[in-house]
Amino acid sequence: MSEIFSLAFMQRAMIVGILLGAVSGFLGVFVVQRKISFLGSGLSHAAFGGVALGIFLGIEPMFLAIPFTLLIAFLMVFLKKKADISADTSIGILFSVAMAIGIIFLALNENYSADAYSYLFGSILNVSVFDLAIVAALSLIIAIVGKIYWGRWAYSTFDAELARTSKLPVETDEYILTLLISLLIVVSIKVVGMLLLGAYLVIPAATARIVSRTFFQMTLLSVLLGIVSSIGGLILSYFVDLPSGAVIILLQAILLIALLITKEIK
Amino acid sequence: MPDFAIKTSNLTVEIGNNIILDNINVEINKGDFVAIVGPNGSGKTTFLKALLNIIKPTAGEIKIFGKNLDEIEAGDIGYVPQIKTIDRSFPANAIELVLSGVRNRWLGVKSREDKKLALQMLTLVGAADYAKKQISELSGGQLQRVYLARCFASNPKLLVLDEPATGVDLVCEATINEIIEEYNKERGVTVLMVTHDWTAAYHHTNKVMLLNKQLIYFGNTGEAFTELNLMKTFSHLGHKHKVTFGLKSYE
Ligand SMILES: Nc1ncnc2c1ncn2[C@@H]1O[C@H](COP(=O)(O)OP(=O)(O)OP(=O)(O)O)[C@@H](O)[C@H]1O
Ligand SMILES: [Mg+2]
Repeated sequence: MSEIFSLAFMQRAMIVGILLGAVSGFLGVFVVQRKISFLGSGLSHAAFGGVALGIFLGIEPMFLAIPFTLLIAFLMVFLKKKADISADTSIGILFSVAMAIGIIFLALNENYSADAYSYLFGSILNVSVFDLAIVAALSLIIAIVGKIYWGRWAYSTFDAELARTSKLPVETDEYILTLLISLLIVVSIKVVGMLLLGAYLVIPAATARIVSRTFFQMTLLSVLLGIVSSIGGLILSYFVDLPSGAVIILLQAILLIALLITKEIK
Repeated sequence: MPDFAIKTSNLTVEIGNNIILDNINVEINKGDFVAIVGPNGSGKTTFLKALLNIIKPTAGEIKIFGKNLDEIEAGDIGYVPQIKTIDRSFPANAIELVLSGVRNRWLGVKSREDKKLALQMLTLVGAADYAKKQISELSGGQLQRVYLARCFASNPKLLVLDEPATGVDLVCEATINEIIEEYNKERGVTVLMVTHDWTAAYHHTNKVMLLNKQLIYFGNTGEAFTELNLMKTFSHLGHKHKVTFGLKSYE
């Protein structure tokens, strides 16, 4: 067991797992409570399109995935505001197009299918020093911004109109939240994998809500669950040699079910 | 010039291509207790939301205490929304909901003073018993009281209340109306209250605004509920049967 902590790539994976678990647990409470979990799934499709383009062009995938995902995220918020277009439909189409682009670029370049595999399903073996640096930087940003904005986001999550009567710039705040969620999704894609990112962002928060009596409690617990499941999932996936994303999600689901049952019994 | 609590000039609100409020001109004095009465869909809530700067008017001007809406301090206006649905999945208790109106953000950790203030306000509206209860466990009437406590907490100069006593039992309704009237009388706070209860309006308020897209009547409560005014306000609904407009007498 102890040997895995001395492996350099495992140490990197562990730090990345802890950071991503914490920040996705934190932002996840807003995703769950605002009922925008489609955002997570959708944006991970968008991010994948960017990653595939990067692989195809031989550029560091993050460099393309970040602007690509942000562009799509803001298009989405914009479309949501335009009530006369059916937001659901246009967003659905947008994400599928991004995904289709990704698939085509990957198909054009078969040498990199192993890489593509790690972006689809997540792989702890592929966390580079560069990935670690990006995740650390983003986590720091989310921690700082999150500390300032938690009370405002929470308020407008509960009731945007009330928040507006308290003179909060609800729209701007929402853009900032969306921006951070989009960035988180892009940097998580390698560890968790595109297919499971949506769940990664919502399960800890949904689990935390079952037992929390205040939104603050829910936030703390969600962060904790995010960290625990990421560490546990990474270690497990190393031993059973399975994709890390899948193992993390299964672990989170088990925690969710266990809590549901415990609450039922009480 | 007398300084009004609220003055609207040619206030018009359109949503899509529908005119919701048509050229509303009212001057509400400081200390007035105004009932806003009108049929469903007549623009009452829209009028309040325009005052609260939640909905932008298509045309016209609103001044509150002589100021433009974006110059009003948060907390100067206390608002009780027309509660149909709140997000009951949001984990929170009554104390937190009350404090949101004072601190203008959601509180994670609450100080001793915060809790004391919230409890004081909840006591004022007879809701102290469920201070620590989850909002998801509150009944409609209990929730109305918590919202009222929330709106008192910031020590507002103007109360904007959208059917604060709807959905509560009769005794509770009378209590809520009395609490509001007392608040209005003792502190000279201006109150705007949407209500479907003409009797309550008649007994508690000094001004009435009859609204049906256009302003049908604005003036003293005593002269408001004439048959003609009420016909003008409500008759478009096409009631075939004769509606008798009158006031139930109060105990
Ligand atoms: N967001 C909106 N989009 C489109 N139409 C709206 C919107 N909000 C209100 N309306 C329309 O504006 C009109 C006035 O609505 P409002 O809620 O102000 O009525 P109200 O007098 O408060 O009614 P009630 O007594 O039922 O509360 C209605 O015809 C309604 O359909
Ligand atoms: Mg209304």
